[in-house]
Amino acid sequence: MAVPQTRAAKGRRFGIIARRNITAYGFLSGALICFALFSWYPMFREVVLSFQENNFVDPPVWVGLENFKSVFQDPAFKSAWVNTGVFTLLALLVGYVIPFMTALVLNELRHARGYLRFVVYLPVMLPPAVSVLLFKWFYDPGPGLFNQVLGLVHLPGLSWLDSTDTALISLVIVSTWMNLGSGTLIYLAALQTVPSELYEAAELDGAGVFRRIRHVTIPQTRLILLVMLLLQVIATMQVFIEPYLLTGGGPEDATVTVVYLMYQYAFNFGNFGGGSALGLMLMIVLMVFSAVYLRVSRDNT
Amino acid sequence: MPHPTATRPPEKAPQKGPAPGRRARRPFPSTHRTVLSPYQLNTRWGRRAYWAVLTFIVMLFTAVFVFPFYWMVTGAMKTGEEFAQIPPTYTPPRFTLENYVEAWNLMNLDRFLGNTLFYAFGAWAFALAFDVAAAYALSKLRPFFGNVILLMMLATLMIPPTVLLLPMYLTVKDVPIVNLDLLNTPWAIWLPAVANGFNIFLLKRFFDSVPADLLEAAQLDGASALRILWSVILPVSRPILGVVSIFTVVNVWRDFVWPLLVLQEQDKMTISVGITSLSANTPQNVLVAALVIASLPTIIVFFIFQRHIMVGLTAGGLKG
Repeated sequence: MAVPQTRAAKGRRFGIIARRNITAYGFLSGALICFALFSWYPMFREVVLSFQENNFVDPPVWVGLENFKSVFQDPAFKSAWVNTGVFTLLALLVGYVIPFMTALVLNELRHARGYLRFVVYLPVMLPPAVSVLLFKWFYDPGPGLFNQVLGLVHLPGLSWLDSTDTALISLVIVSTWMNLGSGTLIYLAALQTVPSELYEAAELDGAGVFRRIRHVTIPQTRLILLVMLLLQVIATMQVFIEPYLLTGGGPEDATVTVVYLMYQYAFNFGNFGGGSALGLMLMIVLMVFSAVYLRVSRDNT
Repeated sequence: MPHPTATRPPEKAPQKGPAPGRRARRPFPSTHRTVLSPYQLNTRWGRRAYWAVLTFIVMLFTAVFVFPFYWMVTGAMKTGEEFAQIPPTYTPPRFTLENYVEAWNLMNLDRFLGNTLFYAFGAWAFALAFDVAAAYALSKLRPFFGNVILLMMLATLMIPPTVLLLPMYLTVKDVPIVNLDLLNTPWAIWLPAVANGFNIFLLKRFFDSVPADLLEAAQLDGASALRILWSVILPVSRPILGVVSIFTVVNVWRDFVWPLLVLQEQDKMTISVGITSLSANTPQNVLVAALVIASLPTIIVFFIFQRHIMVGLTAGGLKG
């Protein structure tokens, strides 16, 4: 726009822009304050805390990598990362494959769809604490539901949460039960976008059911499969409520997870430096996954 | 055989269970082609296999997802003795709400439920007010540094709040600059609920799609920015406001770790944290009754808003 502007016009224009900016920042102020206080500042503070010794009475002392060193030497540190990794892997094996297969089967059914969908999503609507406490009762080695059912089919009962062998998998079962529904419904929505012609073409080429799934369904839903994989890794690595309510990290640290250890450091031992160091490490790991996730979802949309 | 290739018509989900006695003569409805072809399904063996699989799936799903609920509701009707009995009784011994009443009175459930409702409602109000205003400013008023702010807000999506628990807790305990202690106040729930990058993302993307002509017409009539937001943008944004509302309320209702840290006084607790804190000192059958009561509100909400939740879920999953 090469219209020559007079001084007055420029001034007026400046006034309009200034007013618009003032209004805009007025609208933004509430969210800006909340984001600053509860998102941006804590990110910065986490880094600061992890390099400080701070008892919140005396002024904090910079201690360099001391917090990280002491956390590394804690025997629970290694268990926490191993358990978190194993938990995530198991949760993926069970909680990633099963929803997709469930969705595949549900998509083929022509009856009872509404019921099945409703039912699979029901546990998702329970507050997680309720689901976990419910399963705590099911896991009870005595009158608990699971051992009773095992007894019905003449299998020996398990000690579930009380044994180092079964504790972690017990947590995975709860976690899968309460989260399966959302994955299933998301896959179901994705499956319905697969064009019919592709299946017809595959069928004309003589592809059987499994090859149709392999060569049509999976490639067509690849993006959502990948995105859900990353989201699930990010979500399950933050596991806290299951060990907190079911096992308290035991038996013998078999179910300590990173977030649980972080919580213990801060609120049981009063060591916010060590806790923040753990939080920072987990943050970096999760940010890598998040970055990949953003990459994937941006490249494909 | 003509297959309509468009997406399936809006959910006519046949609610009928398997009716093997009435082995349908008419062909299976072939609205949208899936892995199996209608032809395969309509062969004799296809039909048999289909009904077998359907029956199996319905039974399996009922056992895995409905039976725990049955066990919970009936378990809460048992006396302490019957509750611990081995082998257990499978049908409700008698219909009684005794344990429910006891749980309600003994565990202050009215208090916890009221608190949670209050927190959820406040979080909803603040999140909606502040996030809508912010997304509107970023989308339509476009101030200086608007894009930087948007980017910084979206960047928070990369860092799950769980890893920031400790510094967030310390912030709430002693808010910088104003030095307020928000622990055990509703603000500790309400304000962090506003800092939700996903809300901003959803709202801004929706506002971006509101045609500029609409706004210009209002601007020419001399409407203020607030007026435009209220009378032009909000009325057309109902769907997205619904999704954001449901997400916010459900998040507050389900959240556990954060209220566990910031609302530690017994009479300030949310339902999840409250029940957990009392669980050790409560007889198991009463505790289970409390669990039933705690799960009712969300399940009722689910019944009412089923469709919206599903839409929001798939939108969130696909586009998040």
